[in-house]
Amino acid sequence: MRVTVRLFARLRDLAGAGELVREVSEPATVRSVWQGLVGEMPALQDYEKTMSVAVNADYAKMSAAVSDGDEVAFMPPVSGG
Amino acid sequence: MNPGAPPQRETSVVPLVAVTAAPLDQLALSRELERSASADGAIASFVGLVRDHNQGRRVSYLEYEAYEPLAVRALNLIIDEARELWPTARLAVHHRTGRLDIGDASIIIVAASPHRAEAFAACRYMIERVKQIVPIWKHEHFEGGDVWLEGATADPDDTAARETARRIACA
Repeated sequence: MRVTVRLFARLRDLAGAGELVREVSEPATVRSVWQGLVGEMPALQDYEKTMSVAVNADYAKMSAAVSDGDEVAFMPPVSGG
Repeated sequence: MNPGAPPQRETSVVPLVAVTAAPLDQLALSRELERSASADGAIASFVGLVRDHNQGRRVSYLEYEAYEPLAVRALNLIIDEARELWPTARLAVHHRTGRLDIGDASIIIVAASPHRAEAFAACRYMIERVKQIVPIWKHEHFEGGDVWLEGATADPDDTAARETARRIACA
C-alpha cells in the first residue's frame, strides 16, 4: 500500500523534500513507516527520540496503525509563537 | 438579484482561529470579540514580535513553517483547554507563517472575559501552550548563517506540560 510522508523544518531539509510517497508493506504502523524512511536516510535517525508524529493531521503514537492513502507526518520539536 | 430584498448584513470575515501567511491584524481580531462583549469587562491581548537578537545572534529575519491543518487543530484544542480553565473567557488566536521581518507580529492572542483576571490568565496560558504543542517552526536567519529553532516535543497528552502552562498563567 501507499502512504504520503510529510516532513517539516529540519527533517524536511535533511530529507531534501517535504512530501514523499512511499510503498509500505501491510500491516503498517507509524513506526514501520519511520523505519523505512531511516533505512533510506540514516541522518533522520537522530530525531527519533524528540519528534512528534501525526496520522492524517492528527497527533498519533509510533504504534498507531497506518492505512492505504494515509498521510504520516514526522515533526521536530516545535518553536512557534 | 432581488431589488426588494434588504441589504445583506455584513457578516464576520475574521475567523477566531487562523494560521496565515497574511500580516496579522490585532485590532481587527479585538474588534471581532468586542462585537459581542456586552457581558465582558475586559479584553486582554498578546502580540508576539520578531526581535533583532536571539541567543547572542543578530537576527536578520525569520521564516515560519507550519503543518497547517494540525496547527489549526492544536490551536482549537488550546482554546478548549483554556475554556475549561476559565469558562467565561472568549478567545481568539492567529499565527503567521512565511517570511517575517524584525518587528513583524508572529502571533496575536485575544481574550475577552467578564473580569480581567481570566482574560490575562487565558492569554498567558495560550501562548505557553502554543510553544508546547502547535506544529510551527522558526527558521532563524542571522548574520553569518541560519538555524532551525527547536523547542518542545509536541505532545498534547502531556499533562505535566499542560500543568506547567496553567501554573505560569496563574502566577
